Amino acid sequence: MLSAVLGLGLIGLVAAIALGWASKKFAVEVDARELAVNGVLPGVNCGACGYAGCSGYAAAVAKGEAAINLCPPGGSKVVADIAHIMGVEEQAAEAQIAVVLCQGDQSKATQKYIYTGMSDCNAANNIADGPKQCQGGCLGLGSCVTACPFDAIEITADGLAVISRERCTGCGKCISVCPRSVIRMTPASATVHVLCNSHDKGAVVRKYCEIGCIGCNICKKTVPDAFKIDQFLAEVDYAHADDAAAAIDKCPKNCILDFNNAYPDGSQMKPVSMAPTAPAATRAGKDLH
Amino acid sequence: MKQKTFFGGVHPADCKHYSAAKAIEVCPLPEQLIIPLSQHIGAAAQEIVSVGDRVFKGQTIAKATAFVSVPIHASTSGLVVAIEPRPHSSGKFLPAIVIEADGEDRWDPSLEGLDVALWNSDELRQRIQDAGIVGMGGATFPTHVKLSPPDDKPIDTLIINGVECESYLTADHRMMVEHSEKIIDGIDILRRVLGVKRAIVGIESNKPDAIDCMTKAAETHDITVQALEVKYPQGAEKQLIDAVLKREVPSGGLPMDIGVVVQNVSTVAAVSDAIRLGRPLVERVITISGPAVVDAKNLLVRIGTPMQYLVEQCGGTHYELDKIIMGGPMMGQSQLSLAAPAIRGTSGILLFGHQDLPHIELTTCIRCGRCVTACPLHLLPATIASYAILGMFDEAEKYFAHDCMECGCCTFQCPANRPLVQNLRYAKAGILAKQRRS
Repeated sequence: MLSAVLGLGLIGLVAAIALGWASKKFAVEVDARELAVNGVLPGVNCGACGYAGCSGYAAAVAKGEAAINLCPPGGSKVVADIAHIMGVEEQAAEAQIAVVLCQGDQSKATQKYIYTGMSDCNAANNIADGPKQCQGGCLGLGSCVTACPFDAIEITADGLAVISRERCTGCGKCISVCPRSVIRMTPASATVHVLCNSHDKGAVVRKYCEIGCIGCNICKKTVPDAFKIDQFLAEVDYAHADDAAAAIDKCPKNCILDFNNAYPDGSQMKPVSMAPTAPAATRAGKDLH
Repeated sequence: MKQKTFFGGVHPADCKHYSAAKAIEVCPLPEQLIIPLSQHIGAAAQEIVSVGDRVFKGQTIAKATAFVSVPIHASTSGLVVAIEPRPHSSGKFLPAIVIEADGEDRWDPSLEGLDVALWNSDELRQRIQDAGIVGMGGATFPTHVKLSPPDDKPIDTLIINGVECESYLTADHRMMVEHSEKIIDGIDILRRVLGVKRAIVGIESNKPDAIDCMTKAAETHDITVQALEVKYPQGAEKQLIDAVLKREVPSGGLPMDIGVVVQNVSTVAAVSDAIRLGRPLVERVITISGPAVVDAKNLLVRIGTPMQYLVEQCGGTHYELDKIIMGGPMMGQSQLSLAAPAIRGTSGILLFGHQDLPHIELTTCIRCGRCVTACPLHLLPATIASYAILGMFDEAEKYFAHDCMECGCCTFQCPANRPLVQNLRYAKAGILAKQRRS
């Protein structure tokens, strides 16, 4: 009994001395700033900065190889923190938010065929260009939801992707997976958007979607600076979007929306401050508020 | 005695009774033919006529643009009224040449037959490409490419595919019963082109009349007719070689790697027409069948005839259609409507109403392994499908996802109704995209 305790204690003592010596002798020099930068980064490893995860970006910043404003999820606070650590001047980037430019869910837009396969937009889009008649419309099968590291995207009951403006950090992952290019990166300050992505002629759009832009030009006539029309599709000119809200009531198809006042139908992502049209509920398995 | 067959596979109900006993009928001439420029695997053809031109039946209206490409021919005489995107069986709008028939159906007078004995194999091969001949079992791979093996790959056996393992389809069956002499003649021509002696015709034993006819016709030609066990997908090239010769095509390889060329019976008959009569591939036999159609038929159809017209020739449908399939039920393509035309690879048009279809619900995988037993290519479909859903294409590639031929056996067997073929197709697309990037 006693010899066992002494024996093990002796082994422990020897090992501790050896490890202590080795940690001093073979210590790797770590830039303290790298550790500090890594500490202020959000730690979600989304890859929006172009590096493989937060630690990769922290190392690049510490070496002076990367700009300090490449982390969209971190926002201005992280830029300020990194600037403080690195002792450089703050160079804030304007915050960006992703927006789904479509409101044509299954109750409003027609389908070419009934799709029953795997729940992935890219897989569905490979079959006769996707089930939705509109070639620009959201397929609502949730490839962006899977890609989003911030749980900021939901699919409504009628099959439309909606992005929470509170949760979106502008990392852009959803944009790279969407086969329809229906998600656009926009300045966070712009809340008015034309929620349509169809470049078809008005008469064609009317046939398959009741809330699609028909390119009638009324919004541009109302606020000439704030809108541009490209191939039968109106788009907010985000550089001069100050008065864009004035055109909302004029749009005959109701496809202009101000996210300050409303979210697309059926969305649970609507901020609690906005008067709910339906009782606020949580999606299965996810607490969204 | 146990009949020859391959590894794996499934036994779907064959449903050939609708049309197996119906002799081939010639489909009347429609007013307009829509002839797509993309009817084969490989580069699409390039049109060489313009709107307003008068064309003869059999005249070349679009030329081949690469080695793996074939020209397209007018299937009747008439006026070119449009060259524009039209509905295609792939569900997209693709460029097509629209011909208004003049009703005379006159063959191009410059088309002449050849005396096979005076021509060498290169010239015959060129003639086969010029005639626009592609694999008519459904894959539409240009036939002249298969007939051009490199010098370091000697061919010792020609296998003729009369299996027709897809349910409902009876077009090849009727060809063998009614045109066995033409098929045997085509086999002789192909043996000459390839310089091989050994030719084997594989036919499933559910077509005894076809086996009889072919055996009789082949008697004096030194061609073996081999009866095979009834099993899907025996008509797939690699599975047919396995069944007949017990040779295995290596992963990523082609039948020519193991000294074999496989050709479908209808393709062989088309080769005979192209060489003996000089007639290009402008018509083919199509089975119009399924529970919804009033009178199932085997029709000899001009390429470009709209499906709507073909269904009308069969007396229309009993009830509203819920599903239209071009090809067989296992590997065919679902159609958006009857607007698309029949093309060179169309072996059948199958029509179903709501009550004819299974209405299945997706559940979770119970790891039963039936997909593994069914897969004729020795793959692990459930594992690859899981990797596909997670977007892990590197891992899917390690499990040889790119070898999948999308025969559908795994999905057919799956008790959980998982869309395994679509998952595998997604994995294949992902692997291809990855390879293109690097």
